[in-house]
Amino acid sequence: MKSPLVQISNLDAGYQGNVVLSNVSLSVMEHDFIGIIGPNGGGKTTLLKILMGIMKPLKGEVSYFIQRSEIGYLPQGNQVDAQFPITVREVVASGLDYRIGLKRPSGGAHKKQLDSILGKVGLEDLQTRSIGELSGGELQRTMVARAIVSSPRLLVLDEPDTHVDNRFELELYGLLRELNESMTILLVSHDIGTISPYIKTIACVNRDLHYHASNEISEEQLKVYNCPIEIITHGTVPHRVMKTHNQ
Amino acid sequence: MDILELFSYDFFMHALLAAILMSVTCGIIGTYIVSRRMVFISGGITHASFGGVGLGYFLGFPPLAGAAVFAIIAALATENLTRRKILRNDSIIAIMWSLGMAMGIIFVYLTPGYAPNLMSFLFGSIITVSAQDLWLMFALALVVSTFFAIFYRPILYVSFDEQFAKSRGIPVMLFNYMLIILVALTIVMSIRIAGIILVLSVLTIPQNIANLFTNRFDKILIASVILGFLASFLGLIVSYYLNIPSGATIIFTLVVIYLAARVVKVVTFGSK
Repeated sequence: MKSPLVQISNLDAGYQGNVVLSNVSLSVMEHDFIGIIGPNGGGKTTLLKILMGIMKPLKGEVSYFIQRSEIGYLPQGNQVDAQFPITVREVVASGLDYRIGLKRPSGGAHKKQLDSILGKVGLEDLQTRSIGELSGGELQRTMVARAIVSSPRLLVLDEPDTHVDNRFELELYGLLRELNESMTILLVSHDIGTISPYIKTIACVNRDLHYHASNEISEEQLKVYNCPIEIITHGTVPHRVMKTHNQ
Repeated sequence: MDILELFSYDFFMHALLAAILMSVTCGIIGTYIVSRRMVFISGGITHASFGGVGLGYFLGFPPLAGAAVFAIIAALATENLTRRKILRNDSIIAIMWSLGMAMGIIFVYLTPGYAPNLMSFLFGSIITVSAQDLWLMFALALVVSTFFAIFYRPILYVSFDEQFAKSRGIPVMLFNYMLIILVALTIVMSIRIAGIILVLSVLTIPQNIANLFTNRFDKILIASVILGFLASFLGLIVSYYLNIPSGATIIFTLVVIYLAARVVKVVTFGSK
């Protein structure tokens, strides 16, 4: 029997009286790879922010069955200032430090961990560069490294595929599949077509949440789930065309 | 007069010490301000503090104490109102900026007699720094450098990506408020030397000179301290020999160094 890592129950969330999520429940089970889909403004990012403790819910609660430091996070890409004077290595290291000063990993282990992750995402030659000298894909790679450097048990990713080229997108999903063997993944994407072969289950978020325990979903089901998104299929990347219901 | 002879004067030694202490504090805080694009906010805090200078004259307490209180109130109000999205950030800054200046002018106008030091608050006066000013500057330099030495990494992480820092359990708001208070105090202490009109330059030009050659927070910080001191020292001597205002001369020296550094960069590293 699988156990939940995080359990969200009867959650309401929003900004200044504007309710974005209403009565949402979700159990994130160990080893799952959940793809969160839904229209823009449907509350996907808000859900992740609540999960990460960045925002407080209006109602309901989130129960954690793992340490908060065991969750890795990749926020939405456009939030950081690419001109900020910080190096690739410093950015990735920020994913290792938790509650600085109180719980600092030992120097040697810290360094080893950093070296191994930088190698894994192919950034070892760029580690002393400042982020302003990186391409969009290299910056996103840095952010992914920051999210996974602490070997989290749960990895939460908010649209990791924006601003990256097709090649990195493929690499990224290959890496996520590999990581999924040891960690549970929660991924927000606007592109169900690309993520479909990698994810195990789907959560449709549009003010409410419908969990779908399979990686295949039809347009009709999306309609039932109140999830008006376009299903895109790609010809240039490996993909699986999803089954549709006979009309 | 011989340069060495200058060192035997109390006023010059005071000015030199003030330049060293200001360079340390402004080098550190300026790097934070520039990296986080808080230069305009700092401008608002600087000008808001003039209200406190005016109130000090009017009620007869030290103008610098009034400036400190006004600067901290303006800093906290800007931070708070921006966070709560009550007003647009740049609008809040403009309001603080002009309200502070307006209050300052009204209080100075209401004060009987002539306010003799008003010009020194607007343009600074490093050669009239007192021993008491130096002790205050020393205390602030000590607090700022200790704070940054202990919390260097969380400060860097919070400045770079607040959301992520928060997800890693760092008390982001606490750091934001503590840092904005240090920014306000740094501005007020530097007003004594560079004046309200000129103080922003000692917080931004050294950092931008350093930024021409390095894109690392720690290197910008250290280089800014050195450059700030170099410019203050040169500016001080030039202003003495040419008999021109010291604050303005220091700023002018900084700009000259910046332009020279740009030329050096183009010659050594090519265009850009």
